[in-house]
Amino acid sequence: MKKLINNIEDVITEQMQGMAAAHPELKINLDPKFIIRADSDSQKKVVIISGGGSGHEPMHGGYVGKGMLDAACPGEVFTSPTPDQMFECAKAAHNGHGVLFLVKNYTGDVMNFEMAAEMLNAEGIKTQNVLIDDDVAVKDSLYTAGRRGVGTTVIMEKIVGAAAEAGYSLEACAKLATKVNSYGRSMGMALTSCIVPAAGKPNFDIDENEIEIGVGIHGEPGRKRIPHTSCDEITSILTHAILDDGVYTRQIREWDHGTGNWKEIEFTSPPFKSGDKMIVLVNGLGSTPLSELYGVYRKMHEICEDKNIVITRKIIGSYITALDMQGVSITMVKTDDEILKFWDAPVKTPALRWGV
Amino acid sequence: MKTLQHKHIIKWFELASLTLRENKDYLTKLDSEIGDADHGFNMERGFNKVHNKLEEFSLNTDLGAIFKNMGMTLISSIGGASGPLYGTFFLQFGMAIVTKTELSLQDFVTAFEKGVNGVKLRGRASVGDKTMIDVLAPVADRLKESLSENNTFEKVFSDIVKSAEKSMKSTVPLIAKKGRASYLGARSVGHQDAGATSSYLILKSLKEAIEE
Repeated sequence: MKKLINNIEDVITEQMQGMAAAHPELKINLDPKFIIRADSDSQKKVVIISGGGSGHEPMHGGYVGKGMLDAACPGEVFTSPTPDQMFECAKAAHNGHGVLFLVKNYTGDVMNFEMAAEMLNAEGIKTQNVLIDDDVAVKDSLYTAGRRGVGTTVIMEKIVGAAAEAGYSLEACAKLATKVNSYGRSMGMALTSCIVPAAGKPNFDIDENEIEIGVGIHGEPGRKRIPHTSCDEITSILTHAILDDGVYTRQIREWDHGTGNWKEIEFTSPPFKSGDKMIVLVNGLGSTPLSELYGVYRKMHEICEDKNIVITRKIIGSYITALDMQGVSITMVKTDDEILKFWDAPVKTPALRWGV
Repeated sequence: MKTLQHKHIIKWFELASLTLRENKDYLTKLDSEIGDADHGFNMERGFNKVHNKLEEFSLNTDLGAIFKNMGMTLISSIGGASGPLYGTFFLQFGMAIVTKTELSLQDFVTAFEKGVNGVKLRGRASVGDKTMIDVLAPVADRLKESLSENNTFEKVFSDIVKSAEKSMKSTVPLIAKKGRASYLGARSVGHQDAGATSSYLILKSLKEAIEE
């Protein structure tokens, strides 16, 4: 393993210290670990917080700032942060208008954020959790932990962050976040594995001439392993997996502020159709050159034009990664006036910045 | 032996910390086959924190408080799915034995069942999903049966470790339905579940704690 590391156990701490030094508009807390807007004390709005295992840079710390997240909780590499960490982070950021946790659907993240929400609600801090489960590589939710949360997370953080900035209530922010989730779909693929520093070797084995279609952001396997093929063919597989995905229905848990407990609700994502207007993310998984991402965009754009899918906004680059993996994911989020308005609103974070 | 004493609990936590440290690479290897290759590191990190608290635990005679402290320690240091699950087990266990300074078999069985129910509720897993519940739920059942048999702790713990070992091995042919391994579907068959294995190791150190 060849990495820019001093001590393996200091990687996350030193990353946070570097971010604080580079971005005076952010503050960090090291015990427990969180990154928070330096101006959080003067805010009067719903607090939007996300978090998850580290290694999906620039998520989530890179998206803390005006118009996006108020704070982020980084876990160990690929390991969920802990409830006490989220609890302290939310208490530090909270200003009386409630807390919304945006949670990627991984077993560990869901459990830890649920515990944190229970602790905060018990403390009188109104808290709600919204899941992101947009990875179409996972077909059913009955025999698996359900679809994973991937690229839609970035787009949701931007949109809901802007809505909170505009004065949306906790309930309205949660409703908007849920809508974005039901409108979002992603699919990824890996050319190589990735190396978790503590493990020191690749997370999974993949031959020089093989690729994994439907990979998750930790290298979880997806639909199939196939021989390596052209950019156009790979892009076509990913794009069609998203556009051809049918209705997706699952049970999710929502905090019921009336009863003070979780309730299960059924939740459905309608399929995409001709004429839909999309925000598109063509995302590198950590070690993919931008030239290759544009190659993917070229073919995806062609397929969308053929199918009368209108790309109204796009970002191309590495926005949610799997450490040093080579590969790509495509995310599409269907838009409407409300979503588009908040996507275009000003944002000022280390990793996403426009209109300011 | 008919009562489980404070010193046995401290010894249990000490031996569990040592065995999870020794088995770090083994657990990580199991997890890398069908999961995300961090179970060994995470359990070691959590139980190192427990090991650092053994002196604090030994000064407190309230077993309920010790178990709750143990649970919070694991929740705040393991992360992932194992943190909330093992943390919940010890927290719920502790809630059932508030202010007790020693445990009868009845106390132990009731608290263990409460712990396992907490894990089921938190993780929404059932027997057969290829998780730690595959080990913990049959042990809870075996414990309840033992109440009518008027056995010693030595006999009961020896029985449950046998049951746990069998259950752990029985996860090999299962298809994972929970956690990260579930994404593998049929490809998860043929591998032993890492969480079931760490549960077995923790129970094995319980048996060893009363032998010394």
